[in-house]
Amino acid sequence: MNRLCSGAKVFAVFSVLIISLPVLADQSDENDGDSFFSDLPIEMHGFYEMRSGYRLRKDNYEKDMSIMENRLQLDLSSYPEWGDLKVKADIYGDLVTEKGYFDLREANIFLRPNDFLDLKVGRQVLTWGTGDLVFINDLFPKDWQSFFIGRDNEYLKAPSDALKASLFGDWANLDIVYTPRFDHDRHIDGTRLSYWNLNLGRLAGQDAVIHTDKPNRWFRDSELAARLYKNINNYEFAIYAYRGYWKNPIGQNASMTQAIFPDLNVYGASVRGAIGKGIGNIEVGYYESADDMSGKNALIDNSQMRYLVGYTQEIARDFTAGVQYYLEHMQDFSQYKNSLMSGPARDEYRHLVTLRLTKLLMNQNLRCSLFTYFSPSDKDVHMRPNVNYKLNDNTTLEIGGNIFFGDYSNTFFGQLQNNTNIYAGMRYSF
Amino acid sequence: MKQILTVVLVLGLSLPLFAEGEKSASKEIPDVETIVGKANIVAYYQGKDGKAKVKMTITDKRNQKRRREFNILRKDDEDGGDQKYFVYFLKPPDVRRMVYMVHKHADPDKDDDRWLYLPALDLDKRIAAGDKRTSFVGSDFLYEDVSGRSLKEDTHELIKTTDELFVVKNVPKKPDTVEFSYYNVSINRKTYVPMKMEFYDKDDKLYRVIESKKVEMIQEFPTVVMSVVSDLKTGSKTEMEFSEVKYDINLKDVFQERYLRRPPREAIR
Repeated sequence: MNRLCSGAKVFAVFSVLIISLPVLADQSDENDGDSFFSDLPIEMHGFYEMRSGYRLRKDNYEKDMSIMENRLQLDLSSYPEWGDLKVKADIYGDLVTEKGYFDLREANIFLRPNDFLDLKVGRQVLTWGTGDLVFINDLFPKDWQSFFIGRDNEYLKAPSDALKASLFGDWANLDIVYTPRFDHDRHIDGTRLSYWNLNLGRLAGQDAVIHTDKPNRWFRDSELAARLYKNINNYEFAIYAYRGYWKNPIGQNASMTQAIFPDLNVYGASVRGAIGKGIGNIEVGYYESADDMSGKNALIDNSQMRYLVGYTQEIARDFTAGVQYYLEHMQDFSQYKNSLMSGPARDEYRHLVTLRLTKLLMNQNLRCSLFTYFSPSDKDVHMRPNVNYKLNDNTTLEIGGNIFFGDYSNTFFGQLQNNTNIYAGMRYSF
Repeated sequence: MKQILTVVLVLGLSLPLFAEGEKSASKEIPDVETIVGKANIVAYYQGKDGKAKVKMTITDKRNQKRRREFNILRKDDEDGGDQKYFVYFLKPPDVRRMVYMVHKHADPDKDDDRWLYLPALDLDKRIAAGDKRTSFVGSDFLYEDVSGRSLKEDTHELIKTTDELFVVKNVPKKPDTVEFSYYNVSINRKTYVPMKMEFYDKDDKLYRVIESKKVEMIQEFPTVVMSVVSDLKTGSKTEMEFSEVKYDINLKDVFQERYLRRPPREAIR
């Protein structure tokens, strides 16, 4: 909430600035047509959306309603000669939590001071890496809650308050993202989605909302992410490094009263390019759990190796299929087993396969898609069917679902079984 | 009308007889490869680079209209060779600021490289090389109509010559990869602008027509500023209107990831 409030202040300042600029421009026009403000026209866009959804199973810890909201997004941008300004904010009323929210999604300035440097400062959405809804080297914040309750895919990415510097050279390009204060994922915490609670050894939800102790000191609890990349004959190579924290509260403090975000360093690489008729990608990453290098600490996840291979191809006209195989290998597994205090043990290897099928119909105005995660080791499944119809240039209708199966209640998707939901939405864009 | 046709036909047929032995006649009618080569350059390779604003109106058989608006930047590696396209969407609002980028390869055996940038997710997505005879942004234009079909994919035959037009019949070398059995292109003899393309299905029935409705001279390049495609089977049609066309704008190499994330000013305006 704190974050949203400070966001509100920033937004207020920005909107006052931006709204007042045209006024200033009008005044200054009388005196000097070429003034700083006269070339600041502002574009305004956005949408209004209604979305509602229900659980298909009885959940003892959550409401039957999985999503019920009215949302207005405003997107203001301006392109003066010296840079780009952008503010994007959502205001929504949420009947599940019975609260109103202000979510500042973007408020940033983009500058291109010269041919080899781009700068973007402020609140921004950031993405890199090659996976499709599987992330290894993209350690920018995600909003898993939105993802699983059926908000638009846009909301999977939560914004960062960061400085992004991009350097462009003849032999490679370098992106550096500095986040002065840790931006964690909007993770599952029990308020809206039931989950496996390790301490209680059972499913839990609103009865056991996760309280976290997050690193939140400015400049001291910062994150640094870098990507060095190069395109060789349209094969895109990249290496990555990250220094910060686990994005989800996967650790606990010693008294086991609060969840914590332990230190994390990640080193990885990826390549993406055409293979045959389709696009292939490979990505790897080493997750160094810096607070538990030996793997002996039962309260903090061990280090991991993560691997991903993917391939996408159009298999018929307007019909695309994409498959991915992902492997997570826990390091120091014997130490983990020895130190395990209670509950079922995790596997040393977590295998995950994804399949995406997308078909466009009716002059591409109807999109039917199904994204499926299946883990043969965890024996769980998450399916994301979605049908999206463009009624006209402004109005879109959508129905979809988030379906979870699992043999066990403690696995990644298996724990979410009772959150299985369907939703419908209508969006008017302008 | 019939009489005029007869006169033209008689004249047309008899002229070569009179002209026999004279070199000027053969000069006037170049061989078919030259014709399609020139027409290809005029249609897709004017200047070494260029930009245009495109307004598309898709009208279905129930007269429902959908609109698209986007800016296109283009840069050629060489005339008739590889090209790069940068398409920045302005409308409809749900695709605004999306960028579609293509590195087009003239070699028909090499698939184009394509990217799509989704600004809300800051996601630059590589798209699998698709069937080029797929609708472009839901319109009646196909990808191949927008970026050009490689000349090497068809055999060409000059089937008719009028005072104003060359009519070339194009037969695909690999008929099972396309939905047509052949198409005729009527090319303006003076400007080499393709004025009309008529596609025939496997039953030899005309089912699809693309017409250049308006041609203007822009920086000495004859330019189609309005074209319409009609799908006779579905009753749907799409009108494409080009404005703010400029050639030889000295475009930098903006056809790379950096500019997907922050498009050049030429694309935004």
